[in-house]
Amino acid sequence: MGADSGSRGPPMDDAARAPYGNRVEVLRTEVNRRRAQEETPEETNVMTSPIAGGVDCDLHPAVPHLTSLLPYLNDYWRDQVTTRGMTDLVSQSYPLNSPITSRPDWRPADGKPGSSLEDMKAQALDRFGVNYAICNPLYGVQMVFSEDMADAFCRALNDWLVKEWLDKDQRLRGSIVIPVQSIEKSVAEIERCAVNKRFVQVLMLVMGDMPLGKRAYWPIYAAAERLNLAVGIHAGSNYHNPPTSVGWGSYHIEDYVAQAQAFQTQLTSLIVEGVFARHPKLKMVMLESGFTWLPSYLWRLHKFWRGVRMETPWVDRAPMEIVRSNIRFSLQPIDAPPDPATLNRLFEHMQSDELLLFSTDYPHWQFDDDAVLPEGMSSELVRKIMIDNPHATYSRLKSAVTQETTP
Amino acid sequence: MNVQFRAGAEPASSVAVKSAIADCDIHPARATATELYPYLAKRWHDHLETYGKHPYQGMMEGPPYPKAQPNASRRDAWPPEGGPQGSSLSFMQKQHLDPNNVALGILCPLNTGQGIRNQDLSAALATAINDWQIDKWTSQDSRLKGSVVVANEDGPAAAAEIRKRAGDKNFVQVLLLSRNVEPLGQRRYWPIYQAAEEAGLPIGVHAFGFGGNPITASGWPSYYIEEMVGHSQCQQTALASIVLEGVFERHPKLKMVMIEAGFGWAPSLSWRLDKSWQRLKSEVPHVKRRRKPFATTSSGPRSRWKTRRGAITCSR
Repeated sequence: MGADSGSRGPPMDDAARAPYGNRVEVLRTEVNRRRAQEETPEETNVMTSPIAGGVDCDLHPAVPHLTSLLPYLNDYWRDQVTTRGMTDLVSQSYPLNSPITSRPDWRPADGKPGSSLEDMKAQALDRFGVNYAICNPLYGVQMVFSEDMADAFCRALNDWLVKEWLDKDQRLRGSIVIPVQSIEKSVAEIERCAVNKRFVQVLMLVMGDMPLGKRAYWPIYAAAERLNLAVGIHAGSNYHNPPTSVGWGSYHIEDYVAQAQAFQTQLTSLIVEGVFARHPKLKMVMLESGFTWLPSYLWRLHKFWRGVRMETPWVDRAPMEIVRSNIRFSLQPIDAPPDPATLNRLFEHMQSDELLLFSTDYPHWQFDDDAVLPEGMSSELVRKIMIDNPHATYSRLKSAVTQETTP
Repeated sequence: MNVQFRAGAEPASSVAVKSAIADCDIHPARATATELYPYLAKRWHDHLETYGKHPYQGMMEGPPYPKAQPNASRRDAWPPEGGPQGSSLSFMQKQHLDPNNVALGILCPLNTGQGIRNQDLSAALATAINDWQIDKWTSQDSRLKGSVVVANEDGPAAAAEIRKRAGDKNFVQVLLLSRNVEPLGQRRYWPIYQAAEEAGLPIGVHAFGFGGNPITASGWPSYYIEEMVGHSQCQQTALASIVLEGVFERHPKLKMVMIEAGFGWAPSLSWRLDKSWQRLKSEVPHVKRRRKPFATTSSGPRSRWKTRRGAITCSR
């Protein structure tokens, strides 16, 4: 479903939704009944089914190799890549063979996980019946230290995404990867790409050169707000700083666990520097961030804000209010036990059903089979997460898209 | 964070017997800049006055993120006889230990010279602060117990200090800070854990310290509130390192207490560690089991002291 239209698909009417809704309700009742009998959570293996017409907010199409970008580079950079023997820009945030990087049954026989559009269609787009899927390329262009080189690679990557992916399936939407080391070049790239309405977001990594709230970055946020683009912050590091706040760990698993803490410090930076006081319409989306840390994190931030707000007087709303109005989180990964009671309690602590956006994190390995939604989720919440919240976040999904060529 | 103003704790009145409590995080301060000199060789007096402590941050004195109020202390905590907050035993007794019926008060001295760049100076300061804790505090009030402060970037020197204090009833734990040169699970710190386990002393990991790393994974933030909220993230990351390096596999009897960095984050961190370990355990075969690492401790006038099974304890 959904491959036939560039605009938002028709909203499901109640009759269409009823079977899903009822089913979830029935399953919830069943879960509660079994819990009442004091069965262990492992035994209440009751799936929540996705509904059709959703928006998958985090998928990762893979650049097969640096040489795949050669057609999108000018003569100078093509020559740099070939004569210097530059290697493929694979970030150690996602080693190609790491279990995190691809679900076992999504790993292709040849090539990088996520490099085949046909696989993505069969394994994610069709399988979960989405109307839209937002592509967030994680190719390691942010790692280079030259802003000129990063700029050339980002432009090539964005053009590659349009040509090799967005032009080939009407459901696909893209994120603009920017050379963050240069604010001017980043803004120019945002403006260049934004002409194409299929770009719905600007993409940055959670671990970069500076905390994301720093004023130097604000022209990027101004451009995004002006052009109705969300700003997506994705897990990953450019490794210009140690990947944890206490230095370099030994292991890949440490880097991965530390993504959650990096998101926490970035959220603090974005809030206390005043980004959302300046750009109240800006939506920022934390991608592959986890979200179960949010309630306790906000309790702590709120407590300190109450105590020392004289330091940042422009923060004139409680952090939780700012999060509710401006910050969203992708669904996967869900760092919680497979126990509906625990998760529903967390949702209550989040005090809003508008914060989460459906995501598969394709092809990363976050869940098995079709269990993309946690057990025991209400039908109303499923609809919010899969349809309403993404559309409220990505206003460009409403834009009619005519067939466009690469800018 | 201490920007609350409360009516002073009142002496036990309507309640006949107030529950005795343990306070696991009390900060004793030096009354003067030279109060440690009697415990330091003359060489170090001159050294400190000439070169300073030479920490892993730029300020000769004071914190790089100015506190919201002097020494981040309650405004009613200035001792009547002068000196900084926490520097007077008699005032601590009057203001805290007596009215709150503190039966066990654990001293966590800060700003001592732990984790500075000159390792000989760090070791000398650690020994001095430990002797000072006995003379000024624990020998004067039997409710108070000390923490063995160590030169934590020099594992062998730190282990020697721990062994020197082993069996000394004045001390009940070893004190580390959360932000160090490397994440706390790294091998340079293993001699500390070995010695602590042998001595039967828990390791207390208190928030703070500067180890030369930017205090976020994206560099240095702007504000004091970011540093303060960020102690939770630094503590989480330090703890992840301790678990994933297999410290508790090597030292199954070791207990760790995470101090003054909150505990609300413990469930979500455990869940993330569990989930990531399920996927990536082939990278860390030395981490043998999914464990429930946490116990919780809360201490304070309104709550009883609770502990549950687990190697890690958090205090607020």
